[in-house]
Amino acid sequence: MQTLIPLIPFLPLIGFAVNGLFGPRMSKGVSGWIGSGSVLLSFVLSILAFMEVSATHSPIRSEVYHFMSVGNLHISFGFLVDALSSWMMLIVTGIGFLIHVYSIGYMHDDAGFSRFFAYLNLFIFSMLLLIMGDNFVMLFFGWEGVGLCSYLLIGFWFTNRDYNLAANKAFIMNRIGDLGLLLGMFLIFKTFGSLQYEEVFARLAESQVETGVITSICLLLFVGAIGKSAQIPLFTWLPDAMAGPTPVSALIHAATMVTAGIYLVARCNGLFSLSHEALQVVAVVGMATSVLAALIGLQQNDIKKVLAYSTVSQLGLMFVSLGMGAYASAMFHVTTHAFFKALLFLGAGSVIHAMGGEQDIRNMGGLRKHLPITFWVFLIGTFAISGVPLLSGFFSKDEILAHTFDHGGVIWWALASFSSLLTATYMGRLFFLTFFGSFRGTHEQAHHLHESPPSMTIPLVALAVLSVVGGLINLPHIFHTGSTQWLAHWLSGTGINHQPVVPLTEVHLSASSEWMLMGFASVVALVVLAFTYASYSKPSNVPVPDEQLKGAARVLAYKFYVDELYNALFVRPTEALSKTLHYYVDVWAIDGVVDGVGRGFQTLGATFRRLQNGNIEYYLIGMVAGGIGLLLTYFL
Amino acid sequence: MTLTIFLVLGVISLLTALLMVLARNPVHSVLYLILTFFVIAALYILLNAQFLAVVHLIVYAGAIMVLFLFVLMLLNLNKDTEPQKSVAWLWSAGATAGMLLVVLTGALRSGIQLAEGNPPNAQVGLVENLGMVLFTDYVVPFEIAGILFLAAMVGAVLVGKRDLKS
Amino acid sequence: MLEIVRSVPIDYFVYLCTALFAIGVLGVLTRRNAIVVLMCVELMLNAVNLLLAAFSTYLSDAQGQIMVFFIMVVAAAEAAVGLGILVMIYRNTKSTDISLLDNLKW
Repeated sequence: MQTLIPLIPFLPLIGFAVNGLFGPRMSKGVSGWIGSGSVLLSFVLSILAFMEVSATHSPIRSEVYHFMSVGNLHISFGFLVDALSSWMMLIVTGIGFLIHVYSIGYMHDDAGFSRFFAYLNLFIFSMLLLIMGDNFVMLFFGWEGVGLCSYLLIGFWFTNRDYNLAANKAFIMNRIGDLGLLLGMFLIFKTFGSLQYEEVFARLAESQVETGVITSICLLLFVGAIGKSAQIPLFTWLPDAMAGPTPVSALIHAATMVTAGIYLVARCNGLFSLSHEALQVVAVVGMATSVLAALIGLQQNDIKKVLAYSTVSQLGLMFVSLGMGAYASAMFHVTTHAFFKALLFLGAGSVIHAMGGEQDIRNMGGLRKHLPITFWVFLIGTFAISGVPLLSGFFSKDEILAHTFDHGGVIWWALASFSSLLTATYMGRLFFLTFFGSFRGTHEQAHHLHESPPSMTIPLVALAVLSVVGGLINLPHIFHTGSTQWLAHWLSGTGINHQPVVPLTEVHLSASSEWMLMGFASVVALVVLAFTYASYSKPSNVPVPDEQLKGAARVLAYKFYVDELYNALFVRPTEALSKTLHYYVDVWAIDGVVDGVGRGFQTLGATFRRLQNGNIEYYLIGMVAGGIGLLLTYFL
Repeated sequence: MTLTIFLVLGVISLLTALLMVLARNPVHSVLYLILTFFVIAALYILLNAQFLAVVHLIVYAGAIMVLFLFVLMLLNLNKDTEPQKSVAWLWSAGATAGMLLVVLTGALRSGIQLAEGNPPNAQVGLVENLGMVLFTDYVVPFEIAGILFLAAMVGAVLVGKRDLKS
Repeated sequence: MLEIVRSVPIDYFVYLCTALFAIGVLGVLTRRNAIVVLMCVELMLNAVNLLLAAFSTYLSDAQGQIMVFFIMVVAAAEAAVGLGILVMIYRNTKSTDISLLDNLKW
């Protein structure tokens, strides 16, 4: 098995090469299946790796290539498949495969079909490198790779300038976070003398490093996570990233790439646990983001934008969980979120496909008659994310709420519950406006409405099933069945140096408190859903255009004007600085000097040229003057 | 006595030369130049360079100036046809010439030490002595001067030839 | 005899000849008529001849006067050819103004 480990990321890389080089010459079917097939093979190999890790209770290590050694720094291209990374591998390749299959149907009419699959495969490759690497450099390599693929895929339809700008925005904001990550890596190397996970965490246990350094490292790493996982203040790229095709939004901006930040913190839980301040910061940022994004989502009218803000909000919730020290719960929520968010996005893609490209929910309505399969899967996804009891989202969210109540206190729990309430609200609004009521679109769109082809509906159904039963992997203890907290136990399995990869964090609440919390959350979710059903399924209650909104609703619809704030604070000063530098330094100074030298010589030449004017008397005087000069030099 | 003669001749020569330069009419210029040549011949005699004085008169005043007059008459330039130059130009030309005078004087003065290398002989300018030197030490240049004359003659005839076709 | 011939200090001859030379230069620079310019050149050559003869007398060396001889040869030849060219130019431009000969320029 150890020798097969490198194949897991390299199969998608080969898929990328084949599709990239020969794509246009292949038929769409072949191209699509090469892309999907490579990910399927990786999934199978990931299952095998998972089974081996579970059988041997120890991680699989595999070093492929020694990259370089400079002084004390040894960087190698190596893989570490332990409990955490094997679980992430399953998610990435599994959901990745489903989305690849979906894309075969969704992108069928697109001219850049093979290019799309090439980029998707490259993304899978980078993401696998990120989670499978055994040192921070591999993590960074994958980190940058997924950032690049995100850029390429957001700007996939590159002929549209707005999409290109959105891609730029995503990439640049990511880069800001990457700076933090890099600085954190530098600090880690300086403190621990190595960038390998095993060595760093081993030395962490042994040596006494001052908490200030640890806190700095954690905060810097968290800055990287903020950029990648779209938290405050670097979250505005994610809604704009919806400019890319819907499978991209599902894969990258819901299920996998944005969870890289969570993965980073979970992997470095040893560091974070030692710094109480860093965990506080994580929790605060996560909570603020969660509430803010949920509020904005209440007034958005583009299907994908609502889902984007929902993603930001759910990621915030995951960071809250990490901040409470409940790393395993965060990973549980990552898993269930991957299921239902991918489902929701792919369902939205199905709706958009049926509506011929329309994305505004104000122009939809009553779609449940025309798109039955999409309707049911979307229903499951909405209920899952809202926390309807016994679906997957219910269990993962509930665990997080329990941890916030236990570790953080009532206020944290109240805020988290408020965020969940808002989640149910905007999801219900979205769902009922889209699928209930009467159809509000044009006649053409009405004629065009049809259910999606099987290549799209089969992955939807698969994800729907996972969203329903996914909760079973980590049931809370109070259910007293055999497999409670399975995921948490799995993740705490033997990792490096016989330490748990992700420590088990118990909730110290009485059973009755837990039941009460669960009950409260369920009631809230059901009540909100009923309320939104009543409000939004009526034909009369359609949201108005943004310009007509007043007051708080207007602020929410315009996303708290954060983009405008960033534009004024950062973008315009930088552009002004750039223009000034361009004008003064580049044009005025440098070009001036260079051109000036040229012009100087021209002028010099023009001046001296006038000596040759053909005038004989002029020449005669010149001769005499020269003679005088010679005499002067000789005799005086 | 000699000094007085020299001074008078000198002044006359300078004057005629100046008049030659400043005369409007080219024919007047030629005549003044001829006068200057006569004065210079007198100066030659003062230096006991008798052969040179006679040759000077024959060649310059007798041949070259006559040639100049011929050309003047041929081109019918006895009227005042020369356009005037600008004052600035005249001033700068005058300044240049004046500077040349000063510098040249300075240059020549700084090197005047008469080193007596030869036995003092006042008869150097006489024909026998000149002939002796000319036909022993300088016979080759003498012959070459003859060839030079030949070339000049041929050249002058060729240059002045009227184009047969036009 | 020698004292009589050499009674004028050589300096005076230097001054006289350089003055004549300068007057010749002035004429060359000032006049526009090509014939007058050629005549001023003759004047310059004569000034030099005079000085050479003076030095020859004062140094009792015949070589000075031989040089004068040759200078006269060359001056005569040059005057002849120069005037021939002048006539040719007159035939082409109908004028002896040297400022009309300005084609050798950039």
